Amino acid sequence: MALETFRYDNRVVRKFAVATVTWGIIGFLVGLTIAIKLFAPKFLGYIPELTFGRLRPLHTNAVIFAFAGNAIFLGVYYSLPRLLKTPMYSKLLSNINFWGWQLIIVGAVITLPLGFTTSKEYAELEWPIDIAIAVVWIIFGWNMIASILKRREKHLYVAIWFYLATFITVAVLHVVNSLEIPVTLFKSYPIYAGVQDALVQWWYGHNAVAFFLTTPFLGIMYYFIPKASNRPIYSYRLSIIHFWALIFIYIWAGPHHLLYTALPWWAQSLGTVFSIMLIAPSWGGMLNGLLTLRGAWDTVRESPVLKFLVVGVTAYGMATFEGPMMSLKNVNAITHYTDYVIGHVHTGALLWNGGLSFAILYFIIPKIYDTELWSKKLANYHFWFATLGALFYVIPMYFAGITEGLMWKEFTPQGFLLYPNFLETVRQVIPMYMIRAFGGTMFITGAVLMVINLYKTARQGTFVPEVEDSAYPLVKKAEARGTTPFHRWLESKPVMFSTLTLIAILIGGLVEFLPTALIKSNVPTIASVKPYTPLELQGRDIYIREGCNNCHSQMIRPFRSETERYGEYSKPGEFVYDHPFLWGSKRTGPDLQRVGGKYPDSWHFMHMKDPTSTSPGSIMPAFTWLYTQNLDTSTTEAKIRVMQDLGVPYPQGYDKVANADLEKQAASIANDLKTNGFDADKNKEIIAVIAYLQRLGTDIKASEHKTASTGNSRSGSATTAGMN
Amino acid sequence: MAGTEERTDIMAVIFVLISFSLLVALIFLAFFIWSVRSGQYEDQYTPSVRILFDDKKEKPIKHTNKNNKE
Repeated sequence: MALETFRYDNRVVRKFAVATVTWGIIGFLVGLTIAIKLFAPKFLGYIPELTFGRLRPLHTNAVIFAFAGNAIFLGVYYSLPRLLKTPMYSKLLSNINFWGWQLIIVGAVITLPLGFTTSKEYAELEWPIDIAIAVVWIIFGWNMIASILKRREKHLYVAIWFYLATFITVAVLHVVNSLEIPVTLFKSYPIYAGVQDALVQWWYGHNAVAFFLTTPFLGIMYYFIPKASNRPIYSYRLSIIHFWALIFIYIWAGPHHLLYTALPWWAQSLGTVFSIMLIAPSWGGMLNGLLTLRGAWDTVRESPVLKFLVVGVTAYGMATFEGPMMSLKNVNAITHYTDYVIGHVHTGALLWNGGLSFAILYFIIPKIYDTELWSKKLANYHFWFATLGALFYVIPMYFAGITEGLMWKEFTPQGFLLYPNFLETVRQVIPMYMIRAFGGTMFITGAVLMVINLYKTARQGTFVPEVEDSAYPLVKKAEARGTTPFHRWLESKPVMFSTLTLIAILIGGLVEFLPTALIKSNVPTIASVKPYTPLELQGRDIYIREGCNNCHSQMIRPFRSETERYGEYSKPGEFVYDHPFLWGSKRTGPDLQRVGGKYPDSWHFMHMKDPTSTSPGSIMPAFTWLYTQNLDTSTTEAKIRVMQDLGVPYPQGYDKVANADLEKQAASIANDLKTNGFDADKNKEIIAVIAYLQRLGTDIKASEHKTASTGNSRSGSATTAGMN
Repeated sequence: MAGTEERTDIMAVIFVLISFSLLVALIFLAFFIWSVRSGQYEDQYTPSVRILFDDKKEKPIKHTNKNNKE
C-alpha cells in the first residue's frame, strides 16, 4: 500500500474567516444600536426599519447564524480535513455551503428590518429563507459525512463527534420548528398554536443554544486548545464521556424556558432536573479544556490565541453553572423576563462564542498566510477590550435583572404593589443600560483592533491556497478480505443514502401527519375563547411585524405580584387560536396579556403616536407610520383561509365576507375616536393594532368583568371563577 | 368543560417533541454502539497526541500559488 499525497483547501477556510469577521462587526454594531435605543429612544429617529423591535431579531440572527455560524464553518473546514487526513469531499459543495449561507444572511439583513418575521426567537426568518437554510445545512452535512467516509484516519477524533451531533440535531430542530403554512411570499402561520407553539419553539430555542452555540464550539475547543498549546487534551477518556453525556442530556432541558407558564408541571420539572444534570458534563468539558494547560500556563501569557481560549472556556463554565441555577423555579421566578437573561446569554455569546471565534481567527489566519501574527501586542489589547467590555456588559445586566425582578414583586405592608407603575422599574435600570452600551462599545473596539491586526497579518504573509499532506489509505476490513472497490463503494453509499432518505421521510411524514394531528388538538377548550376578528388578526400581524413581542410578554405567571399588576394569570386554553404564540421572553415593557379594555381606545391612539404623552419617561419608540400607512386588506381572505386550514373555526366561506366585517369594526373604532376629538382614519394600520390590543385577554375576562372592565387592572385572583 | 381531557389534548405536541427527541437520541445511540464496537475507544491515548503532529508534515505549495498578492 502506497503513501497517498493530497491537498487541503485553504481558500474556503479564508472565505469563512472573512465572513466571520465581517458579519461579526455588523452584528455587534446592530447590537450596540439597539442597546443605545434603550436609554435614548430617539437615537436614529423613528424610522420603521430601525426600530428596536425590528433590529433586535436582526442582531440575534446576525451574531448567532452569521458570526458564530461562519466561525463554526471556519473551524470545521479547517480542522476536519486535517483530522481525517483527506480534503473535504467536494469543493463544489464547500462553495455552495459558503455562498448559500451568505445569501441566507443577506436575506435576513433585508427581510428582518422590513418586518418580515415569524416572531419566533432565533427562528424569525420567513418560510422561503427557512427552506434555504434546510438545503444549505444538508449540503454542509453531506460534505462533512462524505469526507468522514473517505477518511484515511480510522479513529474519529472527539471534535468530529461534536461536529456530527451539531449537524444531525440542528437539522431536526430547524425542520420541526419551521413547519408553517405560507400566506404570501413573506408571511406564514406556524402549524402549531399557543402552548404547543411555545413548547416547540423553546424545544428548538434551547437546543439551538445547545447544538449551534455549544457543541460545535466544544469541537473547536477540543481541536484548537491542544493545537495552540501543543499539548494533548488533559483526558481523552473524559472528552468521550463529556460528549456522550452532554448530547443525551441536553435535548430534554428545553422546558426550563417555560417555568411557571401554562406548560404542564411535570414537563417543567423534567426540564429542571435535566438542566441540573447538565452541570456535570459541562463542567467536565470545561475542566478538561483548562487542565490541558496544566504546567503550561506560562504559554498562555505569550499567546493571544490561548488567552481567548482560556477566557472563553471559563465563561462557558460560568454560563453552564448559571443556566442550571436559573432553571430552579425559585431563581427563575426572579430572573425570568428580566435583563438577567440578557446578561446570562452575553456571558456565553461575548466570551465563549466570541472568544473562541477570535481565538481561531488568530490561529488560522497566520497559518494560511504562512506567517506570524502581525502584532501580538495589538491582539493583547483586543483581549483586554473584549474581556473588560464583556464584564462592563454583563455585570450591569445582572444588576438590572435582579433589580427588576425584585421591584416587580415588592409589596407594601398593606399588601399593595410598591411599584404599581411599571415605568418606575424601567427608569431604575436606565443607568445600567448606559453602562452596558459602554461595555458593548469596548467589545467592538477590540474587534476592530482584530480586523486591523488580521488584515496586516494577511498583507505581510503569502496566501497558501492549498497545503500538501500525506497518509496511508485506511485499510477496511472488507478490503482486507480481498473485495473489490465496488464493495467499498457499496459500503459507503448506503450510509449516505439511508441518511438522506431518513431526512426526506422525516420531512414528508411531518408535513403529512402533524397538521392533522395538531389541528384536532386545537379545538376550543374554553367556550368563551373565540377566534380573532379579521381586523384583530391584521392588527396582530402588525404587532408581529413591529416586533412588539421583543419587549412585551403575553404570559402572566401565577404569582400574586403578577395577578395584582396584570390581572388573572394565563390559561393554556386562551391561546388555541394564536398562530404563532406571542408569550415573549423579556419584559422591557409591561405584560400585555390582559391589556384589552384596560385603557380607552384614545389612550392607545395617543400612546403609540408618542408614548411619552401618556407615559412620561417611556422608552418605547413612537410608531408614527402606523398613522399614515393604510392597512393592507388584500391579504385578509388568504389569511382567513390559512387559519381555517389550521383548524380555526371561522364559518364556511367567511373569507369572502371577512373584509366587510373588518371595515365595519374599523369604522366603529375610528368613529369612537372621532367623537373623542381625535383625527382618526379607519383605513390606517393603527386602527387594526388598537382592535387587537383591546381584544387581548378579554375572552375569559368578559364573563365576569362586565362590571369592572374599564381602567381596572387589579382584578386579582377573584377572577378565576369566570373560567369554570 | 372537559377538565382532564383538555389538558392532554392541548399538549398533544409534547408527544411529537418527545418522539423527535427520542429519535435523535436513538441516532446517537446507534452511533455510540457503532463507535464502541468498531474499536473507536480502544485507544484512549494516541488520538489525543496524534492530532498534534499533522502540521509538521504540512508543506505549503508555493509554486501553485496564484493569489500571491492577496
